[in-house]
Amino acid sequence: MMKRRSWQEYQKEIADDNYYYARSCIRQNFFPGSEKAFIDILHNDLGKDLLDDPKHSSCTGIGYHSDIVPLETIMTVVARQFSLMNDAGYKNFVTSCITSFGIYNEILATWEEFPETEERTREYLYKATGREFRKPQSLAHTSDVVFHFREEIARRARHLLVNATTGEPLKVVEHIGCHYAKIFPKSGIGGSEFPYVLAGMIESWGGEVVDYPERRHCCGFGFRNYLVQANRGYSIANSHKKLESMAPYKPDFIVANCPGCAMFLDKWQYTIAEMEGTTYGENGHGIPVLTYEEMAGLVLGYDPWTLGMQMHQVDVEPLLDKMGIEYDPAAKYLGRNGKYIGKPASAVVNCCPTDTIYDIRE
Amino acid sequence: MAAINFGYTISKPRAIDLDRNNLRKSDEILHEMPELQTCIGCGACTAVCTAGNLTDFNFRRTHTLVRRGEYEGIYAEMNKCMLCGKCRLVCPRGINTRAVVMLVKRKLGDF
Amino acid sequence: MKKRVIVIGGGIAGMQTALRLAEQGVEPVLIEKEPELGGKLRGWHVLFPSFTPAQEVLTELRRRVNDSGIECRMSAEVCSVSPREVVLSGGERLACDAVVLASGFTLFDASIKEEYGYGIYDNVVTSADLERMFNEGRVAKADGSAPRRIAFLHCVGSRDEKVCQQHCSKVCCVTGVKQAIEMKRLFPESDVFNFYMDIRMFGPGYEEMYREAQQTYNIHFVRGRISEASPTLEGRVQIKAEDTLTGRPLRMSVDMLVLLIGMRANDDNEQLARGAGLERARSGFMKPRDLFLGNVCSNIGGIFYAGTISAPKNIGESLNEATAAADAAARYVMQ
Repeated sequence: MMKRRSWQEYQKEIADDNYYYARSCIRQNFFPGSEKAFIDILHNDLGKDLLDDPKHSSCTGIGYHSDIVPLETIMTVVARQFSLMNDAGYKNFVTSCITSFGIYNEILATWEEFPETEERTREYLYKATGREFRKPQSLAHTSDVVFHFREEIARRARHLLVNATTGEPLKVVEHIGCHYAKIFPKSGIGGSEFPYVLAGMIESWGGEVVDYPERRHCCGFGFRNYLVQANRGYSIANSHKKLESMAPYKPDFIVANCPGCAMFLDKWQYTIAEMEGTTYGENGHGIPVLTYEEMAGLVLGYDPWTLGMQMHQVDVEPLLDKMGIEYDPAAKYLGRNGKYIGKPASAVVNCCPTDTIYDIRE
Repeated sequence: MAAINFGYTISKPRAIDLDRNNLRKSDEILHEMPELQTCIGCGACTAVCTAGNLTDFNFRRTHTLVRRGEYEGIYAEMNKCMLCGKCRLVCPRGINTRAVVMLVKRKLGDF
Repeated sequence: MKKRVIVIGGGIAGMQTALRLAEQGVEPVLIEKEPELGGKLRGWHVLFPSFTPAQEVLTELRRRVNDSGIECRMSAEVCSVSPREVVLSGGERLACDAVVLASGFTLFDASIKEEYGYGIYDNVVTSADLERMFNEGRVAKADGSAPRRIAFLHCVGSRDEKVCQQHCSKVCCVTGVKQAIEMKRLFPESDVFNFYMDIRMFGPGYEEMYREAQQTYNIHFVRGRISEASPTLEGRVQIKAEDTLTGRPLRMSVDMLVLLIGMRANDDNEQLARGAGLERARSGFMKPRDLFLGNVCSNIGGIFYAGTISAPKNIGESLNEATAAADAAARYVMQ
């Protein structure tokens, strides 16, 4: 087990119940089952109260970080989310996006340091919507909440993060989104250098955390750095650097707590494989990339296709087999009510190189 | 392979990687001229450099790169030096800078 | 009856102060919180720039203190001071005519700089750990093997806003050069790199030693602060910095990363200052009355400073200052 002397110094209050849930903009496309899984785990497995409010909007973080949405605007949008939370009678704000989490933290800190900006935001919100707001009592990222209940989840575990054949713990690379704790180290469990939020889940659920040279490096998402095609070479190079650095440790999977990181670590593996023929996992495959909700869902015995894992670029079946999880291979591309949702073309990242050449010629 | 044109390629890292760089030539140079290691990066050589005032030649940076095992293009770079010797006059560490130019060119002709 | 001056701290500054006071016909009482005299120097191996064994200095000072029959109160902690009385933590009150504070400094705790993984990664050690290894005669990686590539990082806990230590600790630069040479002597085949922001060679023979490290020992000096350390599969430490003189990021793995930890003010300076009305500098060190004509005097008559209680200093400076503080205290009590 990795030594982390410092993580206990970075603790924060995480509410035990009654959450107001703010979704991510992009996760429902790339990891569509994850947010649903979070709601189901909280409602059904843990018996918690969580409101999935259809009225809330994007925090506009992507627009903000791309210099499209001005600071005053994003502050007003955030104020509106808080107002909606007040309306619904909640005090504990949880967000399922690291970008949003960073933005909520930054805005709350800005209001704290510069009360006049808060006053202006109140004015803007009132003028635009006639609303007023109170700030949340607690702010957490959804991974904080899963971390908070990690032992309860462990007690209900149907599968552990263990190789079912050998009994060895699975080796897991955790990747923390930059804006989780790099802006405010105190806002993250374990701080910014040795964050414990995902590592704590992995350890509680029987896995082994892999520390590797580029662990703290950014995935390269960076908003304008991938939104503009001309900049993508730089963006992908960051994930490339991380994958090169972690591969020698032979991780069984990667888990990320940020929408962008999970997407990039998964999808860039496809791109790198197509560009250079390089794959980083076992037997010429890529390394599966999971969200923490998917990881929790598998541990709790959720069906991988209900969790939306067929939408991953890197196939997860080798990992499911390793964990001894039963699943119906034929149901992979069946959506609701058994409707066929289409099957992606074969990709280098999911095949042995020889298969690929055959596939491409075919 | 490379069946798909993505419109971009993976950027190459800019970092000096001392695990990858071969320091053999650099060690040879420092063995012949240990005084080069005493450079304190003051930049006086570059400030007075005849070539450096007219081209992008930077003697201080160039020999520092050599000491880090970055040899590519160094020979061509050192060729910009006119061997006027003014840098040697100003070096506070008394490094024989002209001899450094000659030595580096002798050792790194293949790069 | 002889006048009595209490000297707080039994390191080199405290011992020298007490010796000088005794010479001046004043009765010194030396109070030390540890069970033996010597302070921080006890953990040091050899001293820059002459490679004099620390024990030579220590043994001689202790012998002189012993021979002079100075009263030493060992394992005694001070909880408050005033010019006429020192109160020990057990409640005992010691009357006096003046006080010299010589309680020194605290070594910066390197684990606060989390990015370097001190206490987490094997083979990340501090300069103090390295001195201990030199003393024990066993310098090696955690697995017992000899290091082939060693990096020193200057300014750990010095000149760093992030850890509230804005001051320069002064002696770490030369310590880094000294230890780099010692490592090169122990492991001639190894490559040694010093990562620095500025090299501050303020003392006699220091600059010469720096040049010797470069020219004779081929130690590489890279101007750039290491940003993080992480483990490699081979049990080495990967470090990242900017090689600012070439303007490019640099990374490498090393067998041993030595953090040159700084001197910070003692935590109990605050309590001492509050109790006695003493002024402290922003760095937390005690503030002398003025930096030129009153540099061993505090702002309170009858309380004096010797050594690193007022700022980072080297051994020679601390000893000189101890003599000056003793003289000032003697003058004060003889008035």
